[in-house]
Amino acid sequence: MTALLVALGAAIGAPLRYLWALGLDDRWPLGTLLVNVVGSGLAGVFAALSLGDHAWALAMTGFCGALTSYSAFVVQAVDRGPRLGGAYAAVTAVVSIAMCFLGFALGASF
Amino acid sequence: MTHPDAPAHSGALEGALPLLVVALGGATGALLRWGLGEAVDPGTALPWVTFAINVAGCLALAAMTGVGAIRRSPVRTLFLGPGVLGGFTTVSSWAEETRSLAADGDVALAGLYLTGTLAACLAAAAAGRRLARTPR
Repeated sequence: MTALLVALGAAIGAPLRYLWALGLDDRWPLGTLLVNVVGSGLAGVFAALSLGDHAWALAMTGFCGALTSYSAFVVQAVDRGPRLGGAYAAVTAVVSIAMCFLGFALGASF
Repeated sequence: MTHPDAPAHSGALEGALPLLVVALGGATGALLRWGLGEAVDPGTALPWVTFAINVAGCLALAAMTGVGAIRRSPVRTLFLGPGVLGGFTTVSSWAEETRSLAADGDVALAGLYLTGTLAACLAAAAAGRRLARTPR
């Protein structure tokens, strides 16, 4: 059951990421940046809500896990060279973590 | 329906097919990530299972273009890239694990995990790109 929920969440998250990347990624990969930032913010919210095992599998492990992608992000950074790639990596890291803290604070206030 | 003057099929994926391929791949990658998390007990506060997943996924995605059988096939590229490896690796768990370590008072460990993952993944992707360019 848990495995099924993980797969279901990911089957929604991964194509969403693909669509955002397809529509918005350019020399500056805005689409991938956005999915990583949004997914990290949602992860903070879900962590604060202390979801049950099934909801966690669907929303966090499946959906957020597949909506965000470390591999796409890092390979894009490497391909853009030290300057642009470095800026992209730093922005992704800082904003994703900040959004996760913000999401947690938001979730905890419910 | 086929017309003799119709252009030859370009080989590009059309319609909803790419979404389906990415969804299937993403579900596969996420299941692999979940399975590893279930099977391996980190044993320490440091989430090294997520770390290992992200580093391995970055190396694989960067090196993938070096494999002709993948590079020449749009379906395989979509299934494995944005699909399996996209679903396998995760920024959200990295962010949440960093936040959780910091919230538990392990600020130094949180910083180490945050920067260590990023540095190791960048190094792995750079190595993967070099590997992909190596003629075989």
